[in-house]
Amino acid sequence: MKRRDAVRSLLKNRKQLLVVAGLGSTAWDITAAGDSPLSFPMWGAMGQAAMMGLGLALAQPKRRVLVITGDGEALMGMGALATIGVQQPANLTVVVIDNERYGETGMQRTHTASGVDLAGVAKSCGLKVVSFKGLQKAIHQQRGPHFAVVKVDAEKIPLVLPPREGTLLKARFRRALLGPKADAE
Amino acid sequence: MWPEGIHKELSAAGVRVVGYVPDAGHKRLIELCQADKKMRAVVLTTEEEGIGLAAGAWLGGQKSVLLMQSSGVGNVINVLGMVRECRFPLVTLVTMRGEQGEFNPWQVPMGQATRTVLEAMGTVVQAPASAEDIVPTVNAALRLAYNSYASVAVLIPQRVIGIKSFQDQTSR
Repeated sequence: MKRRDAVRSLLKNRKQLLVVAGLGSTAWDITAAGDSPLSFPMWGAMGQAAMMGLGLALAQPKRRVLVITGDGEALMGMGALATIGVQQPANLTVVVIDNERYGETGMQRTHTASGVDLAGVAKSCGLKVVSFKGLQKAIHQQRGPHFAVVKVDAEKIPLVLPPREGTLLKARFRRALLGPKADAE
Repeated sequence: MWPEGIHKELSAAGVRVVGYVPDAGHKRLIELCQADKKMRAVVLTTEEEGIGLAAGAWLGGQKSVLLMQSSGVGNVINVLGMVRECRFPLVTLVTMRGEQGEFNPWQVPMGQATRTVLEAMGTVVQAPASAEDIVPTVNAALRLAYNSYASVAVLIPQRVIGIKSFQDQTSR
């Protein structure tokens, strides 16, 4: 599968979905699918995408939250799967777009290229592992927390960059989600 | 007692998410937060996770607090870069080790570097001098963080926690 096709398909008809994307290729992928104020693309803090998703899911239990991140990013924060497993947020889905490479640093092989099974880890931690086909339903309707690994080609493709400034990304997200309350607090 | 006082301040400020890596010095406060139906106590595998948790909660409109021991400060250095770049409000309550009367030499290097490391990453450090100062300092830290979008750490001194040995620590 091509990563941009996979992410575009996950985000079609996203409606009110809240999206966090990990550093770095997945942040470009969600931007290629169409930038939105309700997307938070991470330019740093590698390893924290799933935890950002957990914080958001706990704060907004009535909204659905989707984390899209890479295998390298997920490996750096693997403990987050254990933490999510304990909290059992029903509205959270974590999807790993797995090209088995560190894409931003020269396409070095990640641990998943040697067989490390992130879905197996997530399952052991108490997340519900779903297939790519089942993701739309899992993301929008079913009781989570869900987890999926989507294997994609290791390809170098043009960057599609979201805004870089952190304060802007934060403020636009909060305004879009919270309305005038975002500035009152 | 100061843990009860801190809990009252957190409650009054509307803190809803409490990320923590356990520490003997935070034992009572963690129990109070776990028992509070309005708070969600989230046990972390490493302190670093607490930064993502707090940032995500704020994106979603909720206030949080992060509890850790001084050794945990070393685990959050890089991700504090996101807090600074995005100006996420953050309140971290750090129980100090490696200070006065430390009995474990392995705690001393990080304990002694805690303030320097936090300040290097743009966090405002407030260190109450005595037990009576802790609760007012936490009150001020919450206001500074959430009114001024700052990252603030309160260092609770080892002298106040008063654990004298391994035996003492495990028996609490």
